[in-house]
Amino acid sequence: MNQPVRNIMIVGVGGQGSLLASKLLGHLLLNKGFDVKVSEVHGMSQRGGSVVTYVRFGEKVYSPIIDQGEADLIVSFELLEAARWLPYLKEGGQIVTNTQMIDPMPVITGAAQYPEHLEEKIAEKARLDALDCLELARQAGSAKAVNIVLMGRLSRYFDFPEEDWLESIEACVPARFVDLNKTAFSLGRNHTPA
Amino acid sequence: MKQLMLGNKAVARGFYEAGCCIVSSYPGTPSTEITEEAVKYDEIYCEWAPNEKVALEAAHGASLGGRRAACCMKHVGLNVAADPLFSISYIGTDTGLVLLVADDPGMHSSQNEQDSRHYAIAAKVPMLEPADSQEACDFTKQAFALSEQFHTPVIVRMVMRICHSQSVVDTCERVVPPQREYVKDQSRVMLPAQARKAHIRVEQRTKDLIDFAETSPLNRVDEGRDHSMGFITSSTCYQYVKELFGDTYPVLKIGMCNPLPVKKFQDFAASVHRVIVVEELDPILENHCRMLGIPVEGKSLFPMVGEFSQSLIASCLGMDAKTTQAIADPIPPRPPVMCAGCPHRGLFYTLKKNNCMVYGDIGCYTLGSFAPLNAMDLNVCMGASLSGMHGFNKARGPEYEHKTVGVIGDSTFVHSGMTGLADIVYNNSASTVIILDNSITGMTGHQQNPTTGYNIKGDPAAKIDLEALCRAMGVRRVRVVDPYDLKATDEAVKEELAADEPSVIISRRPCALLKNVRHQSPVQVDTDKCVGCKACMQIGCPAIAVRDKKARVDTTLCVGCDVCRQMCRFGALVRPDGRNA
Repeated sequence: MNQPVRNIMIVGVGGQGSLLASKLLGHLLLNKGFDVKVSEVHGMSQRGGSVVTYVRFGEKVYSPIIDQGEADLIVSFELLEAARWLPYLKEGGQIVTNTQMIDPMPVITGAAQYPEHLEEKIAEKARLDALDCLELARQAGSAKAVNIVLMGRLSRYFDFPEEDWLESIEACVPARFVDLNKTAFSLGRNHTPA
Repeated sequence: MKQLMLGNKAVARGFYEAGCCIVSSYPGTPSTEITEEAVKYDEIYCEWAPNEKVALEAAHGASLGGRRAACCMKHVGLNVAADPLFSISYIGTDTGLVLLVADDPGMHSSQNEQDSRHYAIAAKVPMLEPADSQEACDFTKQAFALSEQFHTPVIVRMVMRICHSQSVVDTCERVVPPQREYVKDQSRVMLPAQARKAHIRVEQRTKDLIDFAETSPLNRVDEGRDHSMGFITSSTCYQYVKELFGDTYPVLKIGMCNPLPVKKFQDFAASVHRVIVVEELDPILENHCRMLGIPVEGKSLFPMVGEFSQSLIASCLGMDAKTTQAIADPIPPRPPVMCAGCPHRGLFYTLKKNNCMVYGDIGCYTLGSFAPLNAMDLNVCMGASLSGMHGFNKARGPEYEHKTVGVIGDSTFVHSGMTGLADIVYNNSASTVIILDNSITGMTGHQQNPTTGYNIKGDPAAKIDLEALCRAMGVRRVRVVDPYDLKATDEAVKEELAADEPSVIISRRPCALLKNVRHQSPVQVDTDKCVGCKACMQIGCPAIAVRDKKARVDTTLCVGCDVCRQMCRFGALVRPDGRNA
């Protein structure tokens, strides 16, 4: 293999299901023969705070974390979080984001403003692939499938065959949700922005 | 078989493979998942103990009973378990006893950043430090072997970044040593005459362990091409150093950080021109070098505070930073919040409204300190809300007794709040205790406790009756209130604050995230009636926002707790079922 280590960040709001996304990705990458490290945040931040998961893979991975300017790709569950973690993206890196906006408490209380026109502002700085994952997840049958919609979208940036991703879904989600999640994956992967 | 495993899961795997039979723990981020993973092995008896001291004592008892045993806790839990630890170090053990402690550099989910390595030094017990999941599994197994070889409890120290990172683990089969016979041996009775002899044994044990440390592969040198520099490091910092430099410079990787070898350090230092010690938190490895007269650089380059990373180390060594990009707008922070439907919300709103001085404690309810509730004056450690409030009231007298409350969760109350309540009753302060009974240990991710009626496996168990317990302790004024009912909660708080004797309010409502809690339909906004006054915003619910001067409820978050509806004077928030009484 002898490839350089690749860095993927999964960011979002605590409770949005990023742990399942990283589990699925880790499972897939391990099956592909890579050394993999995944670093997660548990505990207090999961209560609606900003959360980040680092996924690193390659021939040999040492550090479990990704620093500013190191991510090849950032997958974001929420638009403001995509902007927050933008400094972690490498020059020329790719952002894949859900366009959903969730107000943080300082915005709810009026102490801060949710920045306007974020999609455009991010697109000025990085390659951006933005889609309404909540809507696609609802189409698939559950608003909770946002994470798998995003994984479907992410899969476009890898050379792996679609079957390998679907196999990982089968391995990582309870049997009764497999079909729903495969639909969500497919909607994310094949969606064409209007 | 190769698997991707969380560091915590790998420790549990280590318990399993080592033939560990008994695990007693108290939950605490970042250590909690170890015991939650261990309980998935039918061969291991696991339990949630009421606190870490009890957990360690139970685990020690189990090892005395001849079975390999372990207990797990977060760093501050080791403060609670320190008392038995120091004595168990003297008593020693014949059957493997392993204490797993998880530090939290960067304080991702903790009230301080203490470095548990000091405990190993102070209690004179060996400590191992894994640097990834494979080592977490292997070192845990080795800890049991060391415990039996040197007749000592062994601490395995994790840090959050190892606990909560997944990396590849090659698993092995479980091997269970036969149960050891119990033999009465009164040298275990720690009276001064015995303890004096025990201390001599402990000092000899440390000497033997240093000899072991000189040759053990737990402390190893990774060779490098360039000897102009060499690194001494351990744990997650080892990974950052290797990430930056690969095989360029030699690295002395310390896997056993207490006791430390002497010759191994001297030989390594002699092989390189410049020795750099990289360790998070306190300069333990660095001070060892200085004691040996080895000139090193460590905390002169790196901070004492916070979590490290490859970039931080690079920047401290004067290397160039990576280029980054950012948008120009300020990004509002996103702190953690009380969940929509959190039963603590109504209670904290009431405390704020009554302008109470609130002595806080450790749990989800610490989030009541954030805006807009701001309803907490301080918190210290598990249980301090009650004892601290008692002392405060003794200093300030009746004026404050009528406005000060101590708030404590159900699990925290059992952990170390009961002794504080005993102080209040026995030494008679008119203190008002509020037990936030949400039927679960919440912040650490839903663990059962002695007040929930279920054990760690979710099977029915004995349930401590909080009302009966408080009455039995001598509190005459004990009442239960539903925090979703703002009026009743306000009455209870006012009346108990006014009382001239100790009182306990049990604010009871299960955590809204519990699977068996049925949610009501989301509250709806009657936009004709809404005047945009933002009264509903005072409770800090993440499901409510005001946009274009009208309240808006996020139906994916709202669980219909109805607290916001009680805030609205205009009847603009309505229940879809029409039951708006």
